[in-house]
Amino acid sequence: MQRRTVIKDRNAETRLLTNRILVAVIGILVGIGVLLGRLFYLQVVSHQHFATLSQENRVKLVAIPPNRGLIYDRNGILLADNRPSFRLVLTPEDVNDIEETLARLQEIIELSESDLNRFRELLPRSRRFEPIPLKFKLTEEEVARLAVNRHRFPGLDVRAELTRSYPWGELASHVIGYVGRISAQDLQRLEAQGKEANYRGTSHIGKLGIEHYYEDILHGQVGYEKVETNAVGRTIRVLERIAPVPGRDIHLSLDARLQAAAEAALEDYNGAIVAIDPRSGEVLAFVSRPTFDPNLFVNGIDLTTYQAYQNDPNRPLYNRALRGEYPPASTVKPFIGLAALHHKVIGANESIYCPGHFTLPNVDHRYRDWKRGGHGRLNLNEAVAQSCDVYFYDVAMRLGIDDLSAFMSYFGFGAPTGIDLNGERTGILPSREWKRRTRNQPWYHGETVITGIGQGFWLATPLQMAQATATMANRGQRVVPHLLRAVSEPGSDRPVPVPRRTSGEPVPVHDAKLWDHAIESMKNVIRIGTARRVGIDLSYSMAGKTGTAQVRSIAQNERYDASKLERRFHDHGLFIAFAPIEAPEIAVAVVAENGGSGSGVAAPIARKVIDTYMENKARHAR
Amino acid sequence: MLGDPAAGSPLRQSWLQRYLRLDGVLLSALLLLTGVGLGILYSAFDGHLLEVRKQLIRFVIAFGAMLVMAQISPATLRRWSPWVYGATLIMLLAVMAFGHIGKGAQRWLDLGFVRFQPSELMKLALPMTVAWFLSRHELPPRFPQVLIALVLILVPTALIAEQPDLGTAILVATAGFFVLYMAGLRWRLILGTIVALIPIGVLMWHFGMHDYQRRRVLTLFDPHSDPLGSGYHIIQSTIALGSGGVYGKGYLRGTQSHLDFLPERHTDFIFAVLGEEFGLMGAALLLLLYFLIIARGLYIGLCAQDTYSRLLACSLSLTFFVYVFVNIGMVSGLLPVVGVPLPLVSYGGTSMVTLLAAFGMLMSIHTHRKLWPS
Repeated sequence: MQRRTVIKDRNAETRLLTNRILVAVIGILVGIGVLLGRLFYLQVVSHQHFATLSQENRVKLVAIPPNRGLIYDRNGILLADNRPSFRLVLTPEDVNDIEETLARLQEIIELSESDLNRFRELLPRSRRFEPIPLKFKLTEEEVARLAVNRHRFPGLDVRAELTRSYPWGELASHVIGYVGRISAQDLQRLEAQGKEANYRGTSHIGKLGIEHYYEDILHGQVGYEKVETNAVGRTIRVLERIAPVPGRDIHLSLDARLQAAAEAALEDYNGAIVAIDPRSGEVLAFVSRPTFDPNLFVNGIDLTTYQAYQNDPNRPLYNRALRGEYPPASTVKPFIGLAALHHKVIGANESIYCPGHFTLPNVDHRYRDWKRGGHGRLNLNEAVAQSCDVYFYDVAMRLGIDDLSAFMSYFGFGAPTGIDLNGERTGILPSREWKRRTRNQPWYHGETVITGIGQGFWLATPLQMAQATATMANRGQRVVPHLLRAVSEPGSDRPVPVPRRTSGEPVPVHDAKLWDHAIESMKNVIRIGTARRVGIDLSYSMAGKTGTAQVRSIAQNERYDASKLERRFHDHGLFIAFAPIEAPEIAVAVVAENGGSGSGVAAPIARKVIDTYMENKARHAR
Repeated sequence: MLGDPAAGSPLRQSWLQRYLRLDGVLLSALLLLTGVGLGILYSAFDGHLLEVRKQLIRFVIAFGAMLVMAQISPATLRRWSPWVYGATLIMLLAVMAFGHIGKGAQRWLDLGFVRFQPSELMKLALPMTVAWFLSRHELPPRFPQVLIALVLILVPTALIAEQPDLGTAILVATAGFFVLYMAGLRWRLILGTIVALIPIGVLMWHFGMHDYQRRRVLTLFDPHSDPLGSGYHIIQSTIALGSGGVYGKGYLRGTQSHLDFLPERHTDFIFAVLGEEFGLMGAALLLLLYFLIIARGLYIGLCAQDTYSRLLACSLSLTFFVYVFVNIGMVSGLLPVVGVPLPLVSYGGTSMVTLLAAFGMLMSIHTHRKLWPS
């Protein structure tokens, strides 16, 4: 105001300034509006979303895997166990000088080079508060030494965990199977079944056998710990704990002692034995030899051992009882005979002359009998006892393939038995329809002839043979073989029996008396027939049938001579049997690969199995 | 609310104004803000008093700086302006030559007894100088004056951006531009400058920016593209804010901050702590407090008696708003992470001293008014 020259300017300047301040204030208000708008969007509109994210940030669910159910045999013998194994861990943040601690530690327990290398590899990759494994599978002595010196080693800890263990090793390994680490495929399957949540924290899963089939019973329900963690994942506190539900224990119908006896009875033969209780279908013994040690698979089998198993020509990993398909051979003769009686193509006492061979009209081919000179005249009873081939060639032709095949299907041939194991093979029950379907060829008469003695296309698993034998013992009532007998809640000693699965429809025989003829003929096999040697000093009644399955076809003008053949081309010895005849309790099928003959090898094995069964029963009764 | 515009008479000045040269309204608002800031900091430090006490000491020092600045009359300040500017420019060059390398950027100058950031001083020196230069001529400035003012702005800006400290460079430049704006730079020129900035921005993107700066801009548009890297800050701070809701999780109960999910929660991202614990209400109240301070600053500018004071007061107030806007915009995911602290709340000393020194200038401008300006 003093400097007159700028009076006007000052007014203009004030106007200008006021103007600019006004615009600036508007700008500031808009800016604050934008910020508030953004905050409104974050804190009101999307609040729920961010609240969830914040919660997810903060709260972590830590899965607590359930303890796996145990597996017992029918008498309470433990077949699959969870054993504590101890590992030594080191928590870096609790240790002042790691190298010095390791040096002192080695005065107490031995640390291998690989233990140390693994530890040093994990150390930089782990968080300071996470325990790093230093040594696995500590011995009890090591655990004790560490416990005594515990005060000297802050930050060192012994952690116990449960590992699956099969105390009997190879015994019944084809039945029990094993668990292994969950693989990528397992995970995919679990996801497809919507079960992956239940497997959080679980490291192992059933891979084979009962462990696999009854995974759902054995696994249990996962538990959770809701923990609050900070940004680096350290647990601040436990908010909530839902305890896991341990898996339920399984009680198998298998009798471990009988199983052991059966496995021993097979000696060094490759083969299979299946023993079923015909009353219930309970599987008492289920042998496939050679076998393997399931303990090796639990924590990952090493490549050398696995390759050794894989490349072994005896194929120890192959479940012969379940998946081995063998020609049932002469063991089918009682069944064929029954079919013939049922279809009235022959009378029970009607006899057929056996000259040692059989020919079809207008065909040169001679179907030979195993007995060179022939058996002469025999009826059904004698034909089964002597295992006459010609009788059954003739009877099969009289039956025709259609009736023969249809009748055999009632015994379960050509169809899965329905046992509670995965991977069962069905074998082959040949029929016109089967041949057209699989080979697109018509059926020839000659094929009917050899079907009559269980050769040709006919294949059956040892399990199917045992099932058919049980059906025979039951006089037509079919049972589904099964291994699961009872389930018990963990800690409870009261197993709850599993309801028996309904059996198939009974074999339709027009007269129940026909069973007597078939069973009588099998009794005669033991008494006076091909297996009469196993009938010596028998303290119970037994019915059976031998079978010899050709591994290599013998030409028309050739003879089978075991001494000139490699063992792997020797005939398979087969035997089916059940006992006691009056009230059958056990039905057995034995396949001894390359055993030569059913009567020489397979029948004595079956006898040993049934003897053991009877002895055990007597001991229990006492 | 903002005081009486006619309050020019020395007779009506309170003792605070007359003897300490302080403005009561501004001082109260600043004290309230620092109180709030210390409170949030206490939470951000999980209740560790030691750090809060350190910050309190810084505040005492900064308020001391404010008191000192308030004693210097605007006329003296004006006379010193070009010399302060020149000295600061030399120091910036010195930083380039032998500055301490901290955090991958040359920002610090070691003066033996104290480490010093010349770029902070430039935040004051630049608006002072531009105001000094423009106030020598008639307003609005003519083209040659604008050009010279632009050179005055861009030289230190380029030096600071080269350190590299993009956040401070932008704030320094902004302070200079606000002086030009208040001086009445024509709207046409302002719009023209904005249009001209686009190609400059593109060129900067390709040649002038460090990788980490480019990444920060990119992650702004899609924080989830780098959730564990530079996007992590934004993701966690938006979670903190969003989960706070309207009323917040309660004081000291923010899970994002107390469980370490929120990075840099004591410094640049402290607003997220407030937003998480006090919700939208707390954030809005804080914004209101900032608005009061800025409004008081602009009012001081309006009441100022000479051109230099007017330009300086308004420019400083507007720059203060830019601080607030850039920081909250950054924390809430609107702007890229450029490393601007929340004024007077974030932990740390240098920017606090600069800020309160600026408020000291504002108070000086307000309290040195005369009934009859000479």
